[in-house]
Amino acid sequence: MATFEVENLSLHYLTRFGQKIHAVTDVSFTMEKGEILGIAGESGCGKSTLVNGLMGLFIPPLHLTSGDVRVAGESLMNRDPKDIRENVLSQKVSMIPQGAFNALNPTRKVKDIAFDVIHAHDHGEHTKKEIYERLEDRFDLFGMDTQRVLNSYPIELTAGERQRSVIGISTLLNPQMVIADEPTSALDVTTQKIVIRMIFDLLEKGIFNTMIFITHELPLLRHVADRIAIMYAGEFVEVGTTDQIVFDPRHPYTQALMGSVLSTNPEQKNKKPFTIEGAPPSLTQAIPGCRFAERCPKVRPECKVNIQSMRMVGDRQVRCDYAE
Amino acid sequence: MPNKSVHTFDVSNVSKIFGQGKNQTVAVDDVTLYVADEEIISIVGGSGCGKSVLAKMMLGLYPQTSGEFLYRGAPITDQRKHWSEVQSVFQDPFSCFNQFFTIRSQLKDAFGILPERLSRGEVEDRVDEALLAVNVTPKDIEGKYPFELSGGQMQRMLLARIFALKPRVLIADEPTSMVDACVRANILDYLMKLKEELKMTIVFITHDIGLAYYVSNRIFIMHEGKMVEMGEPDQIIQDPQSPHTVQLLDDIPDINRQWIKR
Repeated sequence: MATFEVENLSLHYLTRFGQKIHAVTDVSFTMEKGEILGIAGESGCGKSTLVNGLMGLFIPPLHLTSGDVRVAGESLMNRDPKDIRENVLSQKVSMIPQGAFNALNPTRKVKDIAFDVIHAHDHGEHTKKEIYERLEDRFDLFGMDTQRVLNSYPIELTAGERQRSVIGISTLLNPQMVIADEPTSALDVTTQKIVIRMIFDLLEKGIFNTMIFITHELPLLRHVADRIAIMYAGEFVEVGTTDQIVFDPRHPYTQALMGSVLSTNPEQKNKKPFTIEGAPPSLTQAIPGCRFAERCPKVRPECKVNIQSMRMVGDRQVRCDYAE
Repeated sequence: MPNKSVHTFDVSNVSKIFGQGKNQTVAVDDVTLYVADEEIISIVGGSGCGKSVLAKMMLGLYPQTSGEFLYRGAPITDQRKHWSEVQSVFQDPFSCFNQFFTIRSQLKDAFGILPERLSRGEVEDRVDEALLAVNVTPKDIEGKYPFELSGGQMQRMLLARIFALKPRVLIADEPTSMVDACVRANILDYLMKLKEELKMTIVFITHDIGLAYYVSNRIFIMHEGKMVEMGEPDQIIQDPQSPHTVQLLDDIPDINRQWIKR
């Protein structure tokens, strides 16, 4: 049985005027133990919405349209947010949020924030002292000055320490599955490398074993992920192994994304990065044909009429009828 | 042609120290540089190296502790006048917009900084034009508030503000750190076009040496408040002298070489 299964997941937002915005449409994938799946796409394409859906955390205006998400066979859909918080989050699925600074309560010390996570799931089995000792043991693994970090307020830490603390807190209860939503996009390149190294370290120690890594930076995914899924306007448009996506993209959108990567390679300096004109479609109404048709450099007249569905090209999935 | 020794910015032996005595932090340590007219320079360094403080000094937001900081040969005294010519794009777009007003009304308000008064129609047209420039259909943000947009979209709103105001100098503090590669390439393209059109001077503040390499005429590498290296992009990339530059280059996740072992 797969560790994590997502089946035809569609999510929508319901606005106060009763309008539905279909932010995520028909996303399916499965993950095996030990795998890292990268999800990339431009801003506003539904990556962060997908994260909330994957955790089963539906807080209005976000609603489930259809589909199912299962962790080790257990469905997370149509459950009470309280039930999800008590029995799923932090223990089975954990999320590393985007902005470390916004994720930490500024009026409390790191150790108290971390204490709450354990305490809330502990049902009074351990004393305060035992929990703090457990915290210290865990934070010792992160290569920081444990005592200073634990006894600091978030504002006293550097961005890197903050992000590492957030990762530490998210993984305190050894979840099997971690969803990292842009964990490094606010960091500089040097700190980014330190944080990625820490994530690999935790993977190796078995603190978690399966990860979804969401980012808009494709070069980073090349080094982190085993498989990459490219998302556009709420749909997965291409899913394949890292090498397939990075070095041999087939969907026109993936090709455009890869073409726009800036390189420090002097031979490529004068190569103009590829840009795509126009904006992604509005998701308030159904789109008749391919969602990328308006901006696609290889568009054909039939693209605007025929809905594209995922099909296999070799051993990868592509949502384009004309990709070879 | 202005006097040859007068540049857009002339910075000599400038230091900026926060705090006093035991708690003092030297954010910028004895920095000397100049930014010529119509030039694009990049200041590159890791977080906490003082590059943003230097940017804020260029905007007249901080006075220097010591040294001489000149804009077109004169110290910065009147901030409002300074801002009609020198504008900025910051890292975090959410802290730059007021949550209680619609984005469109804030974009229109920005014109208040300009010395000339535009008619209402002109303002609307320039806002529309600027929005299209950053790949946003004006209809999409009609009546929307900042919290209704995603991070990347907000970053583009900040850039739209610049495109509407058309300043002489732009201080861009990590302008593309929150947008994806395609939009980044788009934004850079448009910035370059705008630079050509308006003869704009751009100071990029970034930790992404790849971006700096692609756009700038000169690159400055900063570390712990000091300028550790400066030069033409090709020279910096191909023959880095300072160990800090080597480190920065090494930490970029380039798709063509091994970056980290798993």
